[in-house]
Amino acid sequence: MAKINLDHIRHAYGIRPSSPNDYALREVHHEWNDGGAYALLGPSGCGKTTLLNIISGLVRPSEGRILFDDKDVTHLSTEERNIAQVFQFPVVYDTMTVYDNLAFPLRNRGVGEATVDKRVSEILEMLDLKDRARKKARGLTADMKQKISLGRGLVRSDVNAILFDEPLTVIDPHMKWVLRSQLKTLHRQSGFTMVYVTHDQTEALTFADKVVVMYDGQIVQIGTPAELFEKPSHTFVGYFIGSPGMNVFPVTLEGKKARVGTMSIDLGFAPKVDKGQKTELGIRPEFMEITAKGMPITIRKVEDIGRQKIVRADLAGQAVSIVVKEDSEIPSAPHVTFLDQGINIYADSWRVGRKA
Amino acid sequence: MLELIDVIKVSAGQTHIHPTNLKLERGTLNVLLGPTLSGKTTLLRLMAGLEKPTSGEVRFDGKNVTGNPVQSRNVAMVYQQFINYPSMTVYDNIASPLRVAGETVDVIDREVKKVADLMRLTPLLDRQPLSLSGGQQQRTALARAIVKNASLVLLDEPLANLDYKLREEMREELPKIFAATGSIFVYATTEPSEALLLGGYTATLHQGRISQFGKTIDVYRAPRDLVTASTFADPPLNTIGATKNGASFLLDTAGDGKSATIPVPDHLGGIPDSGVTLAFQPHHISLAAPFSKAPALSVKTLISEIAGSESFVHVKFEGRRWVILEHGVRNIDPDININAYVDTRHLMAFGTDGLALSAATPEKAPEKASAKAPAKTSARKKRAG
Repeated sequence: MAKINLDHIRHAYGIRPSSPNDYALREVHHEWNDGGAYALLGPSGCGKTTLLNIISGLVRPSEGRILFDDKDVTHLSTEERNIAQVFQFPVVYDTMTVYDNLAFPLRNRGVGEATVDKRVSEILEMLDLKDRARKKARGLTADMKQKISLGRGLVRSDVNAILFDEPLTVIDPHMKWVLRSQLKTLHRQSGFTMVYVTHDQTEALTFADKVVVMYDGQIVQIGTPAELFEKPSHTFVGYFIGSPGMNVFPVTLEGKKARVGTMSIDLGFAPKVDKGQKTELGIRPEFMEITAKGMPITIRKVEDIGRQKIVRADLAGQAVSIVVKEDSEIPSAPHVTFLDQGINIYADSWRVGRKA
Repeated sequence: MLELIDVIKVSAGQTHIHPTNLKLERGTLNVLLGPTLSGKTTLLRLMAGLEKPTSGEVRFDGKNVTGNPVQSRNVAMVYQQFINYPSMTVYDNIASPLRVAGETVDVIDREVKKVADLMRLTPLLDRQPLSLSGGQQQRTALARAIVKNASLVLLDEPLANLDYKLREEMREELPKIFAATGSIFVYATTEPSEALLLGGYTATLHQGRISQFGKTIDVYRAPRDLVTASTFADPPLNTIGATKNGASFLLDTAGDGKSATIPVPDHLGGIPDSGVTLAFQPHHISLAAPFSKAPALSVKTLISEIAGSESFVHVKFEGRRWVILEHGVRNIDPDININAYVDTRHLMAFGTDGLALSAATPEKAPEKASAKAPAKTSARKKRAG
């Protein structure tokens, strides 16, 4: 278990990077707490896997240092860093039993059989694999094998950190619920530092204490799930987190008011914006209410998705999505109001604070 | 129309598809929903003619096509992996089935441009697939399937390899694209939320059997049996065994002298006193009473997951694992006992044979609901700001 310090890390896959665009990872400078559960979240190509590989030692950063508990490990191999990894696809020895697969990382390091048995039994219990322990791994389904891979990642108690690279991609939805909560319980019990890479917002938010949202080679926000939802610091975070993502309107700011089309919205604060910046108002579909009064909307479509409905509408000539409860009624002359706590103002895509 | 009549598939002594009957109409989107190995891919392959049923018949527009090879049928398939010709441009990829069919250059150009426009590929027509994002590659594969004007388009988890956000965008687009063609679409997925977002019709699959087929939202709201309800729940369905005794359900407890009951809601009043399985969706149990006199159950918390707009509180009740979906951020410590309230208005009950004992939503008929009628919902107090 260790604190991870990312000290001014930049990485380019090419030889002589000259502009920021040459960097797959622009600059990461952060300290991650010992025992924290972090998720690296972002679309394909955002740099999250590069960052994970820098932490694991598979990639040496072009610039900067990486420290585990203040010890510089930048030039150490994966093995020397003493970390466990779980990958997207199962890595399992088919000819070994489930038990021996789980015991493998321990026996490899000369751990005594008594300890091996204790740890393996705990993992078997946790992953609900007890009755398969003595069976060969061959012939198991993909999600069973992935469970074993997860177990192997978790079995050692002396690792500095456990890294997960999209570990639940091949798992069926129902099994995902079980594994996710087991992983989270295990994190609570063990206190391992865990880093979890995914493009799936639900996995990232539900797993992590802190979610690191990446976009175009940089970190755009590090925050708790609630912070990312309520106060996205960049319009990309608003879009990427939440389904549907945040609605974003171009606005003109006039003191404590924002003008959308011909309508004026009271902000209750005067955002500080420089001249010439692109100003936008962001509001999530969950923070809009369909009412009989407010701003008029034209409803194009109502999607009943079971536990809630997504209303697709036009507001001031712009497409918006609004989430309503499964049993709510939609008035015949629909209007919309914005809930105060859900309004965020952006200047050149970055959130502007509420300072007066 | 595509019909499967008593179709069975057995291979190497294992029954992959039990006797299956299914009728799919032209111009519809049909989802096959079920976990891995439930028979989705086998069913698609039987529909395509890639596999021959052990017994039974496949008919297309009334004509028996059982045993006709895939080449002789007008079928297109899209797979989870993005399959395109890597050395051809997007244009040539989309044009390829038309060229094989011997269409004229003019027809090809017109059709390719039409489909490219529909799939938002117009600016990318000169590019090669491998220089595109995953979403664009899969749109190219979809465009190739659509341009053929196949009467049957089969999609086997087409979005599974895409980023979450791209999937979301494609799910919103696909029904529009499907509606613009007259083909029969069959779409296999493991994800209940995907079926709900796509709409159309859904067949739930479980261990090689179709447990229910109907309009997607009707199957979700009024599952015919417990298997269907479980297949169509994400988060997983909460269940508990119980015995109906007059106006109460006596819940199965560990037998340590404790007892827990919940009152029988009106819509289940007509079922006989007997052993049942009660089930409810995670958003129909909450930590705050949904209405006065909602029955409280003492549950033990396991873990809370926060997903932004909502939280999933995992709890245990009498050895059962349940998920409670709460709005907003709820971070509750593990291992404490708290009260949870079941919204009995949405309670479902299943008999020992697994069949639903009453429609889950009394205001709606489970099948043949009149198409397109706006759902009248019971008037409830508006949410306070």
